[in-house]
Amino acid sequence: MDWLYIMMPIAGVKIFWPGLIILGIGVGIIGGFFGMGGAWMVTPGLNILGFPMAFAIGTDIAHMAGKSLISTMRHGKFGNVDYKLGLIMLIGTVVGFEVGAQMIMWLERLGRVDIVVRYMYLVLLAFIAWMVFHDVARKRQKEREAKAAGKPVDALTTGIEWHKTFHKIHIPPMIHLNVAGIYCSAWLPIFVSFLTGWLAGILGIGGGLIRMPSLIYILGCPTHVAVGTDLFEVMISGLYGAATYTFKGRTELVAAIIMLVGASIGAQIGTVATKYIKGYGIRIAFGLAVIGCALSIILKLLAGYFPTHKALFDNTSTVLVLGLVTSLSVYIFLKMLDGAKKEIAAKKGV
Amino acid sequence: MHKLWSKIIGFAALALFLTPQLAAAAGGGGASIVIVADTRGLTGIMAWWASLYNESHLYFALLTVALIPTIGVVFGVVADLVMSHIGIDLKSRELSEH
Repeated sequence: MDWLYIMMPIAGVKIFWPGLIILGIGVGIIGGFFGMGGAWMVTPGLNILGFPMAFAIGTDIAHMAGKSLISTMRHGKFGNVDYKLGLIMLIGTVVGFEVGAQMIMWLERLGRVDIVVRYMYLVLLAFIAWMVFHDVARKRQKEREAKAAGKPVDALTTGIEWHKTFHKIHIPPMIHLNVAGIYCSAWLPIFVSFLTGWLAGILGIGGGLIRMPSLIYILGCPTHVAVGTDLFEVMISGLYGAATYTFKGRTELVAAIIMLVGASIGAQIGTVATKYIKGYGIRIAFGLAVIGCALSIILKLLAGYFPTHKALFDNTSTVLVLGLVTSLSVYIFLKMLDGAKKEIAAKKGV
Repeated sequence: MHKLWSKIIGFAALALFLTPQLAAAAGGGGASIVIVADTRGLTGIMAWWASLYNESHLYFALLTVALIPTIGVVFGVVADLVMSHIGIDLKSRELSEH
């Protein structure tokens, strides 16, 4: 069975390559569907495959750039990418990310901050999960009220509408974001991208997990446009990250390419699935992914508090994350399959 | 206005690529890992790739950045062709919210 293993030329280790393809498919589906890179899912997977941790982040970012490019191309054809918004946000994201990353290095020199960062991440994830499920509950409440009043239920109604308040800020220059259907101050996306970039820099993450809900709830993007535009951002920041990590000798391109084989299939499945699953379906699944991510961090924190049970907590965290990746990607794949079957059947019927 | 934006974005991108150490913090501490890849057990393209890594991290990084999007586009186009062949409409979707 030696043919199932491939020697990584830089890291110098043999890796089970079908495992890389399977991992690529899983995170490709989830990434294309939610509009995020998904580093928190890839790293434990690479760890299990025996990948040296020094190469895990760089390799993940390199494959993420390629995967996001594929998803952005597809979302772009669906009309889900607001390129103008993406480019405006890119400036704030890069500046914010660097400010956050430099700030965390400065804090590290002052003392141990990783526990504080993990708690901060946890609070943020809890807030995002609350926001998503509160939004879903508000939408359902509105639908119930409309039914009780005998009014027709508006299919385009949304739960939380904080963006309407933010759109009242009229600091020039004002901009039209045609794809997202937004008219707002240019400072709003710049501020949002700076804030999300800064948080991503502090937390040491790509930022899709924060940016996607921010695009929906603060800027007021429709879910599909938020997913597509976020992927456009992930693609550019991924390329930039791939350059810097590779320059520092932390990328194993052979592994990234093998993962990309799986991710290119997965990204297409995830992206096409957004055709068949309504915006709120995406939001609910995203909320579940956020809860999974939070649980894995809690387990990592517990591993720090109880060193004697470290292995147990770490393994549970890995099983949880990989279990979540598997179940979410299977769910999205089945939904995509079901939708595609109906579409093809409808075409044949016509 | 359009030209101004293009220039700003162009210069920002150029600055980032010319000074990658600006993003050193993104690597979680910024410390470089100096590793010489062991090419003894490698042959063909793998040996060439590892040698390129040993010779110049910069060329290695530039080639990686060029290869990733190229491979992404190739795989993306192939997947597009397969899905179009199956009969999935890849050009439109129904609007399900505002």
